[in-house]
Amino acid sequence: MSIDVEQFHGVFFDESEEHLQAMEDLLMTIDVDAPDIEELNSIFRAAHSIKGGSGIFGFDRLTGLTHIMETLLDKARNQSIELDTAIVDLFLETVDILKATLTAYREQQPLPEAEIAAGIAQLEATLSAFDNAPKADSVQNQDAIEEDDGFGFFDDLPEPDSTSETVEASADTDDLFGDLAFGAEAQSAERAAPQATTEEEDGFGFFDDIVTPDVNNSPQSDEAFGFFEELPEPPKTPVASVTPIQTAAKKPATTNNSSAARESGSIRVDTAKIDGMVNLVGELVITQSMLSMIGRDIEGQSGEMLQAAIDELQRNTREIQESVMSMRMLPVNMTFNRFPRVVRDLSQKLGKQVKLVIEGGATEIDKSLIEKLVDPLTHLVRNSIDHGIESPQTRAEAGKPESGTVILSAQQKGSSIIISISDDGAGLNRERIMDKAVQNGLPVSLDMPDSDVWQLIFQPGFSTAAEVTDVSGRGVGMDVVRRNIESIGGRIEIESNLGKGSSFSIHLPLTLAIVDGMCVTVGEQIFVMPLLNIIESFQPKPEQIQTIGNDNVLWIRDEYWPLVPLHQMMQVDDAIAEPTESIIVLLESGKNRFGVQVDALMGQQQVVIKSLEKHYKKVAGVAGATIMGDGKVALIIDVDSMAQSCQLTIKHEVCA
Amino acid sequence: MSKNILVVDDSVSIRQMVEATLKAAQFNVTLAEDGQDALDKCSRGQFDFVLTDQNMPRMDGLSLIKALRGKAQFSKTPIVVLTTESSDDMKQKGKAAGATGWMVKPFSPDVLLNVLKRVLG
Repeated sequence: MSIDVEQFHGVFFDESEEHLQAMEDLLMTIDVDAPDIEELNSIFRAAHSIKGGSGIFGFDRLTGLTHIMETLLDKARNQSIELDTAIVDLFLETVDILKATLTAYREQQPLPEAEIAAGIAQLEATLSAFDNAPKADSVQNQDAIEEDDGFGFFDDLPEPDSTSETVEASADTDDLFGDLAFGAEAQSAERAAPQATTEEEDGFGFFDDIVTPDVNNSPQSDEAFGFFEELPEPPKTPVASVTPIQTAAKKPATTNNSSAARESGSIRVDTAKIDGMVNLVGELVITQSMLSMIGRDIEGQSGEMLQAAIDELQRNTREIQESVMSMRMLPVNMTFNRFPRVVRDLSQKLGKQVKLVIEGGATEIDKSLIEKLVDPLTHLVRNSIDHGIESPQTRAEAGKPESGTVILSAQQKGSSIIISISDDGAGLNRERIMDKAVQNGLPVSLDMPDSDVWQLIFQPGFSTAAEVTDVSGRGVGMDVVRRNIESIGGRIEIESNLGKGSSFSIHLPLTLAIVDGMCVTVGEQIFVMPLLNIIESFQPKPEQIQTIGNDNVLWIRDEYWPLVPLHQMMQVDDAIAEPTESIIVLLESGKNRFGVQVDALMGQQQVVIKSLEKHYKKVAGVAGATIMGDGKVALIIDVDSMAQSCQLTIKHEVCA
Repeated sequence: MSKNILVVDDSVSIRQMVEATLKAAQFNVTLAEDGQDALDKCSRGQFDFVLTDQNMPRMDGLSLIKALRGKAQFSKTPIVVLTTESSDDMKQKGKAAGATGWMVKPFSPDVLLNVLKRVLG
């Protein structure tokens, strides 16, 4: 009968992550003096859910911790203990440990045993501080029962073949029915045949079938059964209709995320399926532009009707494309939502007062970016709090409000998303950065523009923090941040005002799979350059071309630019060699600017990027390929890597 | 003839696992995510066995059981409530609500099938 239970692990991990996030969100906003019972119930249920699932799927390091947390939470919601900040902090720490344990299980890494043990010890200490010997027993009871078979029946089990009718007829029914006073039920379960007793230890158990078929109306039910005080709203149970317990109606945060999602009509979809769709839509775009090209050759009325139909097709395809791309988009809040906690913990730790403002959290970004932004953003936020925001005293002396503000914002601008972290702290210190740069042997000049100076902090080993705090001063951070951002196709810009504050903005492309490009020809080949990277293009005059050693360079806009003859780099024959007969396209990527020599411009087009990496090794300068309307394959230029590989030291040699 | 089982639990992973276990054992399975959802399903069909979790949003297990016992077609249906607290308190409440029996969570698929066998034959 063995089914593969592992296939459900992923769902359990996702679910539990959501529960943990919900718990954290609730714990962050809970009012310690007057906690909302519904919120406590939600936190309890979340812990309970994780506990249940962890036991079933065998992740027992989660079980122990959630069990005690649940016990404490239960007491909190029953008001047998009073909450205070220390307990809430302890809960938050427990959530952290659970998150770490969950990740360890998910990635099959060693479990944080020490932290788990410490967490359990702390929770137990808090529990015993409230002096609850009986509860401690129930914990032990729990363990005792769990060792056994795990079920029980409240009365003699009916014959396997019949249903409850047999039970009704059995003499025991009446006896037990008579014993159905509230407190006697537990005893009667034990008093039943020995079979029931052993069954209790089996992990399940059966009661007697208490409700006789005639008994249908509520008054009788009420007498026989009693109330459940722990329910948030005691359900009124008239026979046929039941009032749902909807105390959480106005607080979406208290229902667990997946059922809230279901109420709003969404479903979970495997990302592989969406990626498959994106691919197919890409194919559709290509096929449609092929049709378009062929259609242009057809004359007459048929030709016109065909064109009209193809235009219609193009519109539909574009809509499908946008729709599919938007399926992969998620609100950036999914990345932002952890930061209130980060800010709270860090500012407490460093003795600073910081207010976090989140703007534009509903802005959507591609799902793949959500995860990848976490590390860089975390580092930047920590940076702001650690090095940016001054201590309350310093701020007061400078005439600033004691509480500093960090603004985390996201907005869409054209085909980019801009995510920025701004603070009203001390700002970057130009002199200190220049000094450090000189110390590290980096090329600087006294009249470097500020924007260039700020970019220096991305160099490896660069930290001007006077003391290395364990938070962010290790000097390995910013270069990794920039690399992370660049690996997702983005770039990072810095603005800063000494004494006033700094702002770090991350510019990301809106979509990754489709690019607006300029098609160019080199010999018989077609290349596509992303419009985002193009500054301008022109046919150069002789005086704009100069020679340094074996290479040509451009003299444009009063400076030297490296010149990359594309036909050379891509080894294309039959291309125009003479620069003055060709077209120069000026490209930029991050801080790199250079010119590319091509034969001619073909025109702008939106192309679908097809990755070559499955079949070919990665080549510098090539981002992927696409199929043009006429079926020809065009390579898409990766401006970043081209810039890196084409000897940009030329520029430095020239300009130095 | 295959028996129809209603499984009520707010945890997606547990529902999926129980469904797979029961289907592999030739049962027909209907899933519900909480008491309210289960009641909806019950108003549209009959079941030979109901397995329900206790702690769920909107309507918990005990409330569901009480509601079901108030309906003629479900007054005798075997209902087993899942509980992670096997304290007598919980058992009392289960019995009071009208459950046929209880099962401790976490349970193994074997225990689940064992319980079903004992009840349904």
